[in-house]
Amino acid sequence: MRPCPTHWEHLEHGADIGVRGCGPGLEAAFEQAGVALTAIVCPPDRVHESATVTVDCEAAERELLFFRWLNAVIYEMDTRRMLFRRYRVTLRDHRLSATLHGEPVDPARHRPAVEPKGATFTALRVAQDAAGCWCAQCVIDV
Amino acid sequence: MELNELEPLDETTWRYAPRGAMRVPVILYAQRGLVEAMDQKVLEQAANVSTLPGVVGAVYVMPDGHWGYGFPIGGVAAFDPDRDGVVSAGGVGFDISCGVRTLTTGLRAEALADNGTRERLADALFAHIPAGVGSRGRIRLSDAEMDDMLAGGARWAVAMGWGQPADLERIEEGGCMAGARPDYVSPRARERQRREMGTLGSGNHYLEVQVVDTVYDPNTAARFGLSTGDVVVSIHSGSRGLGHQIGTEALAEMWLAARAHGITLPDRELACAPIRSETGERYLGAMRAAINCALANRQILTHLAREVFAESFPAARLELVYDVSHNTCKAENHRLDGQERRLYVHRKGATRAFPPGHPDIPAVYRDLGQPVLIGGTMGTASYVLAGSPGNERRSFSSACHGAGRAMSRRQATRQWKGAELIRRLQAEGVHVRSPSARGVAEEAPGAYKDVDAVVESAEAAGLARKVARLRPLVCIKG
Repeated sequence: MRPCPTHWEHLEHGADIGVRGCGPGLEAAFEQAGVALTAIVCPPDRVHESATVTVDCEAAERELLFFRWLNAVIYEMDTRRMLFRRYRVTLRDHRLSATLHGEPVDPARHRPAVEPKGATFTALRVAQDAAGCWCAQCVIDV
Repeated sequence: MELNELEPLDETTWRYAPRGAMRVPVILYAQRGLVEAMDQKVLEQAANVSTLPGVVGAVYVMPDGHWGYGFPIGGVAAFDPDRDGVVSAGGVGFDISCGVRTLTTGLRAEALADNGTRERLADALFAHIPAGVGSRGRIRLSDAEMDDMLAGGARWAVAMGWGQPADLERIEEGGCMAGARPDYVSPRARERQRREMGTLGSGNHYLEVQVVDTVYDPNTAARFGLSTGDVVVSIHSGSRGLGHQIGTEALAEMWLAARAHGITLPDRELACAPIRSETGERYLGAMRAAINCALANRQILTHLAREVFAESFPAARLELVYDVSHNTCKAENHRLDGQERRLYVHRKGATRAFPPGHPDIPAVYRDLGQPVLIGGTMGTASYVLAGSPGNERRSFSSACHGAGRAMSRRQATRQWKGAELIRRLQAEGVHVRSPSARGVAEEAPGAYKDVDAVVESAEAAGLARKVARLRPLVCIKG
């Protein structure tokens, strides 16, 4: 069995940007998709971890839960004017709770490029491959 | 896009006949080159829309059509509530009532002839108008003010002192969308908007100072207050966080509602609910409140621009030409099969373009056709058009909304560097201000289709006719 590298990437979309997070478990995949979301705005390593925010959401279906997770992060980014560098996700049944580590937007240092408006159902997929690795993805409207 | 499955009806009209679960045909309006360059996904998405319950006439794709989510951007579809028609949040888009307004300034191009003057104006606008990620407006709404704004739109903004009463007659719906239900707007949507009034946003949103470089229809242009060499201001923005939150909440709710109503969705992003259902009515009420939010936001941005011009050019008078929204679902009367029907017309990245004589055009423009404002791309042109006679049967009186993206944001950042692009545009006389160089690269003029070809197609297809072309001098990007 090959190992499951923890990573994130952006997917091509005609007008917007897709995010994909992958890892050995569902929680790692959701966390990495969070980092990919931050990377739409600016390189995550520009973000300091000076504050934490907690997020909770739930959905009966795995893909709907992923959609709600990313929208919950976007809500916190927008209302708190914050960016997050690191995400710690815990899943229990249909419930997700997470801690987001980041800081308020500093336009001079972060040089934020574009704001995520919302996660969409486009290219929405949460799946485990034959090797047991998890990936979670969807297009973000920007 | 493959042309072999499309039937050319004339040089700019292409028909994709119904097949499979499609209830109506898809009609694309664009010259051959634009259709060939469109992603195949555009046709796939339009065909998917044509399978939804209650869809009538045809699903239309405007010349700037490109790959969206669920609905194509540049897509128009009408649904009849008497035939179990649906409303779809994906058919409106997340940035509800995103739109464009254009204002005359009373200034001539000579007033901005030298680079130093343009630089100072760009700096003053950029300093005064909150733009980009993390920017906050100076206005913070209480709960009661939020309700008033959601019910009143631009009328509320004018009553609050951000504008003049004369502005209202030159905004769609007279500046206030009827049927808004602030009580259907969630606490989270309200919270996202609390400090976002009077902010431009990011992405393709902008405030541009432009010059009228060509007039095609002198009579109509004069009535719109435009002549060659005039300086104008155009604002492209929407309903900000509130609209986005309403859109995402409705998407999840409608996915479940579609299932509960036994509606088969070819794509989850087409999540919808019957117009006559609790979910449908709740969405329509909240969406109309978001339209009011967008109208109020563009009104406040106008006020901020007026403040800057009052300081920089005391002789300037910023008067509204018109304000259009291009992400909406509106109930309108249209003739269908020889009968007048009340239809719910979704326009996603498409502009309403009522023909001359339509009763919903303000009296001052009624004989000319509705002004249609086509957004630009920093380096290329914007256009002012007017709705063409007879376009009701062609597109439910709709036209294009901008150039439309030709490549993804990632492709654009691989091809252009923001700082270099800003320098190049400046050498061409366009002074760009933005908090992000990467944001500018993603919005590079070359990442968009040829707006001239898009507008030529809209005119040739009989959707809207050209009135004037605007060229940018200063661009504030979010």
